[in-house]
Amino acid sequence: MRDRSMLRLMVLGVLVLSLVVTLFARLLFIEIISGDFYLNASANNSVREIVRPAVRGLILDQAGRPIVSNHTTLEVTVDRVTLGRAKDKGAAVINRLALLLNVPASQITDRLLTCGTEGAKPPPVCWNGSAYQPVPIANGIDTQTAINIMERGTDFPGVSAQLHANRTYPAPFGVNAAHIVGYLGPVTESQLQAQGSTTEADRLRRTDVVGRSGLEAQYDNALRGKPEVTSLSIDTAGRVTNKIGTNAATPGNYLVSTIDAHLQALVENQLVNAVQRANSQGYPGKSGAVVVIDVKNGNVLAMASYPTYDPSIWVGGVTTKQYEQLKNSEALSSNAIQGTFAPGSTYKVISTAAAAKDKFNLYGQYQCPNEYKAGNQTFRNYESRGYGAISLARALEVSCNTVFYGIADKMWKQGGGLSADRTAPDPIANMAKSFGLGTKTGIDLPGESSGRVASRLFKAENWDAKKDSWCANAVDGYSETRKTNPTLANFYTALDKENCADGFRWREGDALNAAIGQGDTAVTPLQMAMVYSAIANGGTVYQPRVIKGIVGPQGNVLEEFKPVVKSKVATTKAGINFLQASLPGVTVRGSGETPFLGFPLTQIPVASKTGSAQVTGNKVSTSWFASYAPANDPKYAIVMMVAEGGTGSGTSGPSVRKIYEALFGVSGKTVDPTKSVLVGGTPKLDLPKVRPDGTPVAPKGKNSGVS
Amino acid sequence: MSLFSVTSSSDQRFLPSSRGGIYWRDLDWVLLAAALATTIMGAMLVWSASLADLASPTDPQSYLKKHVVNIVLALALGYVASRLDYRWLRAYTPVIYVISTFSLLLVFVPGLGTKIAGARAWIQLPGGFTIQPSEFVKIAVILMMAVILSEKDRADQEPRDKDVMIALGVAALPLLIILVQNDTGSVLILGSVALALVAVSGARTKWVIGLLLGSVVGVLLAIQFGLLKQYQVDRLTSFLNPTADASSIAYNSTQARIAIGGGGWFGFGLFQGPQTQGRFVPVNESDFVFTVAGEELGFIGAGILIILLGIVLWRAIVIAMKADDMYGRLVATGIVAWLAFQMFENIGMSLGIMPITGVPLPFVSAGGTSMMAVWLAVGLLQNVRLHSQQQLP
Repeated sequence: MRDRSMLRLMVLGVLVLSLVVTLFARLLFIEIISGDFYLNASANNSVREIVRPAVRGLILDQAGRPIVSNHTTLEVTVDRVTLGRAKDKGAAVINRLALLLNVPASQITDRLLTCGTEGAKPPPVCWNGSAYQPVPIANGIDTQTAINIMERGTDFPGVSAQLHANRTYPAPFGVNAAHIVGYLGPVTESQLQAQGSTTEADRLRRTDVVGRSGLEAQYDNALRGKPEVTSLSIDTAGRVTNKIGTNAATPGNYLVSTIDAHLQALVENQLVNAVQRANSQGYPGKSGAVVVIDVKNGNVLAMASYPTYDPSIWVGGVTTKQYEQLKNSEALSSNAIQGTFAPGSTYKVISTAAAAKDKFNLYGQYQCPNEYKAGNQTFRNYESRGYGAISLARALEVSCNTVFYGIADKMWKQGGGLSADRTAPDPIANMAKSFGLGTKTGIDLPGESSGRVASRLFKAENWDAKKDSWCANAVDGYSETRKTNPTLANFYTALDKENCADGFRWREGDALNAAIGQGDTAVTPLQMAMVYSAIANGGTVYQPRVIKGIVGPQGNVLEEFKPVVKSKVATTKAGINFLQASLPGVTVRGSGETPFLGFPLTQIPVASKTGSAQVTGNKVSTSWFASYAPANDPKYAIVMMVAEGGTGSGTSGPSVRKIYEALFGVSGKTVDPTKSVLVGGTPKLDLPKVRPDGTPVAPKGKNSGVS
Repeated sequence: MSLFSVTSSSDQRFLPSSRGGIYWRDLDWVLLAAALATTIMGAMLVWSASLADLASPTDPQSYLKKHVVNIVLALALGYVASRLDYRWLRAYTPVIYVISTFSLLLVFVPGLGTKIAGARAWIQLPGGFTIQPSEFVKIAVILMMAVILSEKDRADQEPRDKDVMIALGVAALPLLIILVQNDTGSVLILGSVALALVAVSGARTKWVIGLLLGSVVGVLLAIQFGLLKQYQVDRLTSFLNPTADASSIAYNSTQARIAIGGGGWFGFGLFQGPQTQGRFVPVNESDFVFTVAGEELGFIGAGILIILLGIVLWRAIVIAMKADDMYGRLVATGIVAWLAFQMFENIGMSLGIMPITGVPLPFVSAGGTSMMAVWLAVGLLQNVRLHSQQQLP
């Protein structure tokens, strides 16, 4: 019996031991193995942060002039936690504050409500931030009011006045550069979600403003810096129990642009002049763009788009009405990098390069009739007239379409003509791609368009994508249109029938149109500027950039960007040489002659090509002027475009000339490099100095651009 | 050993003073040290937990002071229990049993009884003190069952069926009263104590198996026929589904695990736990006191706490094994079952592996009655050991 008792006691002992071991194992699991999970849960429970954004970095031009800076204003904030402790929930304090700021008390109480809570007005009236973050209720108050608030601390518990930095635009030389620098806006929901559940101090928070376009968006991480974060621990009732610590702010870094503010301001004016010139001739001319490239490295020295907007309207938030206006005016997108346009005759340099590669005789004679017949279609010489037998160089000078039709027709037939499949040789399209057309240039700005190169392959792929809808419409399409306009409906149906049947075919007419930059080809003005840069520098397509370096807020150089080669053009050395030798003639005795009459072309030869591209649906052609100079030692490429602006030489040419005059210091017939808009007569490659206190070393006096 | 006598004179109640030296020599020092260390550690945890609870304190240390007073009283009671004469104790056990069972009923007297966290288990005393009679009843039931189950004709006999039935009746009476009081945790503890005592008494195996099956069936029937109220079922099952309802019982369980899980190897340090000091864990000076250990002292500190309690249980089992009579063995066995199950239930609920029932952690939780009861138990264990030691030579 005693044995039985002892045995059972031992069983009890083993049971007790297993209980202890179980607890130990479970403790190990919770505390060590899944500890991180619970630690995060604990932090979410009990830690709240007060965030003061870091001062955003400046954006400097190539010489060190600030084009985007910060402006500190006095801001009044109200700490709702402190107000909530008062018996009347802070009503008395709010009334006193309303009196002092001379605003209705309801304006303050509305502002203090968290968005989404009961009775809260829609943003931006309600507070979109954390419940523990002091709410900014007034900005730009005067110093005396701020002193009043700070001195009467007992009257204003939880209220404080502090400096707050806003974006400001010093606009040296009146520069706008809105499409380059971009603007700031509230962080978006998708950006918040994209960063996941990070707890980094510099993560995005709901109250943050971030770059929403241009450089502000592209280099947002570099510009933003790290905010000052004060961590508070709180209890279940939300009371602050302890201050855990403060992470000091790190100001944002400075961007140094390749843009020269003086040149940019001038270029912007010349673009406006070009548009006005178009308008004064009776052309609609509603949009345009101009790009100035340093051909030796792809740096963008100036780039403007018309219409534009004032970047400072975003400071402090735009109203819905302002935003609608901006959107409708189409001023928000950059025509220089986002707009795509038919290149017209400026594309003939591509066709010439393709001809050189295909062993066409560059120095032979080519027929330039007034019209060119292909099959049962007749193709006219839009910009030109008949010249008889001329050289290829002359064909470029006078922009003779029919010469290029002839070349393209020969290439089309060699490639297999109508029966060729989609992989058959397409020399002009391939050449265009090697010049960077049809793909993004890779500029360090967001939202760039890649454009399109008309080709045999493109047409076939387009048919793959659209044939189903074409074929459906061919059977029973346009029933709505048929009710009101049966003739138009019949025309559409016939068109779709044809497209359905053989819309994949690269026809002779397609090939001819493509050779003169018409048809499906569409390019951005920046892409075209890179094409002419490549011709100028002997065949290198650089990746254009608008930022040449990043500097820390104390002046330490963080990054210096070196030129990046995007591609080498696929033509022969002879082809490049031929283009370099021929294009100056356009300015001397060709379609680019008129705007450069009186320009010292012997000292500064200018290579150019005009374009007046026809666009389906528009009666007025797109005005192009593509160029580089000096032709004997190329430095700059300039491309200007005015949509529905008339001819290249009439509308854009004079403005391009003015830009060259400014770059080279031309006045009348004399050339004086010291009069160049660029300080020192040439763009600086090295980064401007930034002093340890954060002020950049910029040109002084009249070169500073600010009065 | 038929020493059931009420005629002992007063000088027999304590061991002769001339053997005082032997008393100190023969004490189980490991047991005493482990129990004392656990108590001191517990006092620190209660202190830390109570600091956060006093939102506008006139004396932030008032809770600690009360706890220290309770500990001193408990140590004194433990000393007395260790020196009590065995025979005297056996003689008066029925009296202790009747008084403590009767005191259980006092909590139903209006103005005297207090309901805390759904359980009507406390008696209000003047000066803000409360007594939880069910804590003393655990000792009374152990003593009473030990007397009955060791009352046999011959030492090597197994308990008669009649004795087993009486012993179970002795446990069942207070158990039913506590069940009415909704103190589920104490019911489970008393049940396991009764089972352990019957088993170790040497009762026939049918009793052990019967009791085991009976309790399983009983719990199932109670749930099936709604004998348990919904909130009782919720309490017992919420740990299986901790995210079901973040606002109530499951919330407590989740918060407890967040507190412990945040501690890591070394914890945030005493008074530094964000969950503890932010009062995210409810009643963390008593029911959820282990969360304070987990969060502020980390795996190391909380592990040491479990080890110390383990040492107490190990010494108690050794004392039960070495006891030279069935009475002493059963007293020690009952204490082992009680403390072991109560510890497992308390820590287990903080760790989310046991249902949430309001039982205190022995030696650690705030609450005078519990503290006195467990130190009485330590005293009784020492008494059994001393008794056995003296019989040896």
